[in-house]
Amino acid sequence: MSLDWITVGHIDEVPFLGSRVVRTDHEDIAVFKTANGSIFALIDKCPHKGGPLSQGMVHGNSVSCPLHNWNISLESGEVIGPDQGCTRTIPIEVRKGQIYIGLCKK
Amino acid sequence: MKEKLVIVGNGMAGIKALEELLKQDPDKYDITVFGAEPHMNYNRIMLSPVLAREQSYEDIIINDQAWYDDNNITLYTSEKITDIDRLEKIVVSENGRELPYDILWLATGSNPFILPLPGKDLPGVITFRDMRDVEEMLAASETYHDAVVIGGGLLGLEAAHGLELNGMNVTVVHRADWLMERQLDESAGFLLKSKLEERGITVLTGADTKELLGKERVEAIRLADGTEIKADLVVMAVGIYPNTTLALQADLECGRGIKVDDKLQTSDSSIYAVGECVEHRGKTYGLVSPLYEMGRVLAMNMLGANNKYRGSVTFTKLKVSGIDVFSAGSFADGPEVEDVVFRDARQGVYKRLIVLDGKLIGAVLFGDVDEGPWYFQLIKDKDNIADLREYMIFGQSLAMGAETADPLVAVSALPDEAEICGCNGVCKSEIIKSINSNGLFTLEDVRSHTKASSSCGSCTGLVEQLLKLTLGDAFETSTVTPMCDCTDYTHEDVRHLILLKELKEIPHVMQELQWKTPNGCSKCRPALNYYLLCALPGDYIDDNQSRFVNERAHANIQKNGTYSVVPRMWGGLTNANQLRAIADVVEKFEIPTVKMTGGQRIDMLGVKKEDLPAVWKDLNDAGMVSGHAYGKALRTVKTCVGEEWCRFGTQASMSMGIDLEKLTWGSWMPHKFKMAVSGCPRNCAEATIKDFGLVAVESGWELYVGGNGGMKVRACDLLCKVETKEEVYEYCQAFIQLYREEAHYLERTAPWIERVGLQHVIDQIVDNPEERSELAEKFIYSQKLVQKDPWAERASGDIDAHEFKVLAKIG
Repeated sequence: MSLDWITVGHIDEVPFLGSRVVRTDHEDIAVFKTANGSIFALIDKCPHKGGPLSQGMVHGNSVSCPLHNWNISLESGEVIGPDQGCTRTIPIEVRKGQIYIGLCKK
Repeated sequence: MKEKLVIVGNGMAGIKALEELLKQDPDKYDITVFGAEPHMNYNRIMLSPVLAREQSYEDIIINDQAWYDDNNITLYTSEKITDIDRLEKIVVSENGRELPYDILWLATGSNPFILPLPGKDLPGVITFRDMRDVEEMLAASETYHDAVVIGGGLLGLEAAHGLELNGMNVTVVHRADWLMERQLDESAGFLLKSKLEERGITVLTGADTKELLGKERVEAIRLADGTEIKADLVVMAVGIYPNTTLALQADLECGRGIKVDDKLQTSDSSIYAVGECVEHRGKTYGLVSPLYEMGRVLAMNMLGANNKYRGSVTFTKLKVSGIDVFSAGSFADGPEVEDVVFRDARQGVYKRLIVLDGKLIGAVLFGDVDEGPWYFQLIKDKDNIADLREYMIFGQSLAMGAETADPLVAVSALPDEAEICGCNGVCKSEIIKSINSNGLFTLEDVRSHTKASSSCGSCTGLVEQLLKLTLGDAFETSTVTPMCDCTDYTHEDVRHLILLKELKEIPHVMQELQWKTPNGCSKCRPALNYYLLCALPGDYIDDNQSRFVNERAHANIQKNGTYSVVPRMWGGLTNANQLRAIADVVEKFEIPTVKMTGGQRIDMLGVKKEDLPAVWKDLNDAGMVSGHAYGKALRTVKTCVGEEWCRFGTQASMSMGIDLEKLTWGSWMPHKFKMAVSGCPRNCAEATIKDFGLVAVESGWELYVGGNGGMKVRACDLLCKVETKEEVYEYCQAFIQLYREEAHYLERTAPWIERVGLQHVIDQIVDNPEERSELAEKFIYSQKLVQKDPWAERASGDIDAHEFKVLAKIG
């Protein structure tokens, strides 16, 4: 499987401990930045009830869904703690300050 | 030079307080401790297991000499303080040593009562209070055969049990008609007696000791009815009384104990007292958990905090293996008191729950005490138990649904090697061993010794259960509820430390308070942001990323990720211009649902996030601002039409509502805050289920507080009645500020008031005009800083523009 790397913006446009949304044809992707500046991307949908993870609170390397406070790992997309489930992760890279996300070639 | 802190007493209370102090600030004081006993600081409540030879003296030492050395504490054991020179601030010991102090703690504990009977001074007559008594009992059991314990209370029975295990022939002589009459009712006392008799202990109740007989050593006791009982050893366990000798000599105010205020200060402002020697609000305590609660309060106050000790609810559990007795709260009889009783004669089980005014006030359990902690919690919480009542006696799992099985049973059934803490690989037996051998009492203790539950924290509950299981009544169930798993500090501690250390931003708080996670969690971050803004409104740095999405987006997130928008309608009033603007916005942005809220406003639901700034712009243009329907903030002020229109109205409720809303809008709170104003006692605005409600009467306004119409309905308490508008404003502002300063984050006014007590609120707001005006001033100051419409700031695109725009659109 090969990926298209698409630039979506500059790293400074995503707030620390925050998130921005990249809108694609069929789904939203949430781009997260942690306190130390690490960047992650997940499908913007909580595995629980589909809440927009981009609107949640980021802490450590995880995000709490705004709807029911499930905790999702930014690295793996897996639910942390007592609940279970997984959100798809999206390949993401930063080069010279630009954020690139990797989407499957159609 | 450091201030000199001198502690008189090397027992549990004083040293616990000292440990708490050192935890916060190990270098603040130059510390000296005087202990009258020759022993190190040991765990007095574990004397019974030592007597039962289940543990040794070494097992129950809490702090050894190395601890004092490591913390630079000077310790003098076997050295009693005999005098305090309060003028010169010097303590004098029996050896003539003089030591100056700046702050003095009295932790002199209590003394056992010695019945003034003939023969009380004979060798072989002892009490059950300290290590020396235990040593003497153990020695006696090797030489002698017959023991009499005078007193069938907690301590007496534990002594009897221990002596019996050591092979002595034991008789308990108890003056009241049943055992442990202060903790048990007659039925449970009877069951206890039978159980002890099965063990071979003779129990005489209603038996009054008149004389101790013997020449060289005690040989027998004689009762009032003339019966003589052979005794080579007599243990008097008839109660304790606070040791006030030193305090009285120093002319400190004493009643039954050394009198202290809520700060644990005695009548001399340089002298504090803590532990069993204390009389607080007319009460003295002889159990361990209140001592610890006092210790924490005292330690924080030494660092400049203004923490208050408000007394403790205690429970009792007998430490006699195989005999399960639990008692908590009150079990007085009376016409209004209702009982729920369960008996199982064959199993030897007796349970009695005492209910007053729909609340559980007491519990006596015999034979099956697993539910004790749950009942104790219900007693402390003072919650209405109507829903639980029918099945309550059968335990939590039946009363609350089958899925909540009793965790204590589950934990006790776990095998020794069961892994409790997965993060740090700690098993059950390691934790129990550490609790016993290191004399641990709190969750923090276990965390620091074993690391269990110190990482992800998901096993915290299990560790607490193990503490309960191992310690019984010694576990501090009531004291430590940390703010979240990221810290061991309670909400109160964190708030005090923010003020003390003048912390202005969240990373600083986490650094100084040694947060255990890199940037907190979704529980503590919003709380910290709120505590900072409340403590230092002009100086703190708000962290937008620590606010819940609704407060970042200034709208309410809905289940499909869209938002709802509620403009403010002052006092529930609107007009044609506003309604027209709302209608236009609904059409322009294709808003699918428009709904009246319960707070007399209009809710537009289903707005896309990107549209929010434009929606706000149009509403702003028609003169509308944010209704803060999304915030932990002042929400709505609901009104009835009042005197302006209503034929029954006695005051102008609409304009009062508008005035109050203008004063208070924009303020951030621990939780949402709703108000209402009714123009007459018919109360059409439902003001008596609001956080702050007004009901007009002919002569003025009745002020109501602490109501809630939500999950748990609670009618308001009447705070007071006032006459003028200006008074209403001031009381309202002062009440809000008190709530802002005292409630935990996410605690509504209803549970807050139940926690601190209505009287406390009355004391601060009604009975104390200076405090009231000071609170109102603080509120007014912080309002000046926040009364800016957040919608207007964002509609212009000046603030948080990124919040409402997608980063990129692709494909």
